[in-house]
Amino acid sequence: MELTVGPNQFFWKSDQWAALYNDLADAPVDRVVLGEVVCSKRLPFYQDRIPEAISTLLAAGKQVSLTSLALVTLKRERKLTEQLFEMGVGIEVNDLTALAYLPQDTAFSVGPLVNVYNESTLKWLAAHGATRICLPPELPLKSIQVLAAAAKDLDVAIEVWGYGRIPLAMSGRCYHARLHNRTKDNCQFACDQDPDGLEVHTLEDQPFLAMNGVQTLSDSYACATHQVKALTTAGVSALRLSPQSEDFTRLCHLFHQRMGGALDADTFAANARDLGTGMRLSDGFLSGARGADWSGS
Amino acid sequence: MVMEIVCPAGTPAALRAAVRAGAHTIYCGFADETNARNFPGLNFDRTEMREGVAFAHGHGSKVLVAINTYPRAGSEHIWHSAVSDAASAGADAVILADPGLLDYAARHHPQLRRHLSVQAAAANADVINFYAQSFGVKRVVLPRVLSVAEIVAINAQTEVETEVFVFGGLCVMAEGRCSLSSYATGRSPNMNGVCSPASHVEYHESNGTLDARLGGYAIHRVGKDEPAPYPTLCKGCFSAGEKSGHLFEDPVSLNAEQLIPQLQKAGVTALKIEGRQRSRSYVAQVVRNFRAAVDALDAGLPMPQGMLARLSEGQAVTTGAYKKTWR
Repeated sequence: MELTVGPNQFFWKSDQWAALYNDLADAPVDRVVLGEVVCSKRLPFYQDRIPEAISTLLAAGKQVSLTSLALVTLKRERKLTEQLFEMGVGIEVNDLTALAYLPQDTAFSVGPLVNVYNESTLKWLAAHGATRICLPPELPLKSIQVLAAAAKDLDVAIEVWGYGRIPLAMSGRCYHARLHNRTKDNCQFACDQDPDGLEVHTLEDQPFLAMNGVQTLSDSYACATHQVKALTTAGVSALRLSPQSEDFTRLCHLFHQRMGGALDADTFAANARDLGTGMRLSDGFLSGARGADWSGS
Repeated sequence: MVMEIVCPAGTPAALRAAVRAGAHTIYCGFADETNARNFPGLNFDRTEMREGVAFAHGHGSKVLVAINTYPRAGSEHIWHSAVSDAASAGADAVILADPGLLDYAARHHPQLRRHLSVQAAAANADVINFYAQSFGVKRVVLPRVLSVAEIVAINAQTEVETEVFVFGGLCVMAEGRCSLSSYATGRSPNMNGVCSPASHVEYHESNGTLDARLGGYAIHRVGKDEPAPYPTLCKGCFSAGEKSGHLFEDPVSLNAEQLIPQLQKAGVTALKIEGRQRSRSYVAQVVRNFRAAVDALDAGLPMPQGMLARLSEGQAVTTGAYKKTWR
């Protein structure tokens, strides 16, 4: 299986944003998806760094795609989505709105925020030009196996969410702004203080979710280390790793070692956990009773 | 044109009550995982659906069948037969969200009218027109993330009819894009047609307080003699940073009755009431009130005021995203 780095879900300072892609040029990953997936208001802060990041990654031999926004409502967001197809790199569709602007005979990828739950939808997307689909993180291994088999016949590569806080929900409302008694239009970029999202705890102070502007993520970091073999056997082409603010390229190296068999599942998990203090892992969507479950110790 | 009142029915009795109360249109689903209100004891078997459609048609009302979960890989035949059975029951339309299922319906039942479910969260005119072009969708149920001004803009740029929620439960997340419930319980709206399922709710009393847990997560706490709201995830009580409280949304329900004239001006075709899990008397009362409102509007008479106050009594209401400041 290959490794794909998904778009950064959080709002980082532009220097930190650019540094990630510089570092990834030397990391053992095959593919990088970049751009803004969560909130169009963030884009102007780092937009001018995107062309350089793309050329750095291409020069390093990586495949590069740009993501579309996950929830397109405003006129300017529609325009932005349409303009993606003029950027000269592959596009990852994270809202079907992008397909409305798809130039004829253009291949594209589908991101984890598009609902691909079954063979018919997969087939319909393939007929429109989809060549790669990252499945929704909610899907159990059993569904992944069926979809990966169907994708093989259609020449579509299947990716699975392999690591990182799980995108659980999108809203019209900005929760970071709400937390600061502001509205979305007057958010004053409240999310920029939380480069990995803001932890949301239950009434018993149990870590549960993470707030990221209009997006809600899991507190736990999904981690498919225990499913590497099952996913490989199913014919999954790549694991998707979602960027975090600390030690992300080290994590990419760990995954590379895990895929190559140099690390076993538990050693990998222990190493990954050491990278982030108090980090909780989960793999319940793949093989547990619920998303938050973890099959390791 | 009088705005169309689209009313929920979780049971044949609720369907008949809604029809008698003046609902132009009823929406309902089969008693399985194919619809987004897959609750125990609710929904229609095949015979009930045929009889329900016949009853509604006999009284001049329409029936829409919601088949709006995302079909499970390897088991799509369950959803396919739901579409076929809706067609043979004489349904006036099916409400679908999944592109694969829309494609199936368009190919195999081209005469059966197709509505795009709110679960598809189609939030702009371009994607709505794309669904129309791809699958012949005639109506879209708009996601609850849009302001009235945005609905105006959508209607100006599409021929597809729009239907909007005006009363009842309120999703604060974009519909069909939320897996909070399956993260905590393993059961989700997209896959199972349930959100924050009762099977995973526990109440725990100690030291004079009553905690409500969902999937083991404590998300509500009230004094033991206070009414305990149902622990729906996005309306739970949490803490983040320095703050604690209802960080996503208060335990409110939607009531946009006062916005009906604006929604009509915005070009909205139909007003949708949430609540297939509600009793037939509740449904009948809500229908009577909304029917009175749209009839008054059509006759150029003033809107009845505060007509649904009693039904929302004891519960906070909101106009949701229709007013931009909600965001």
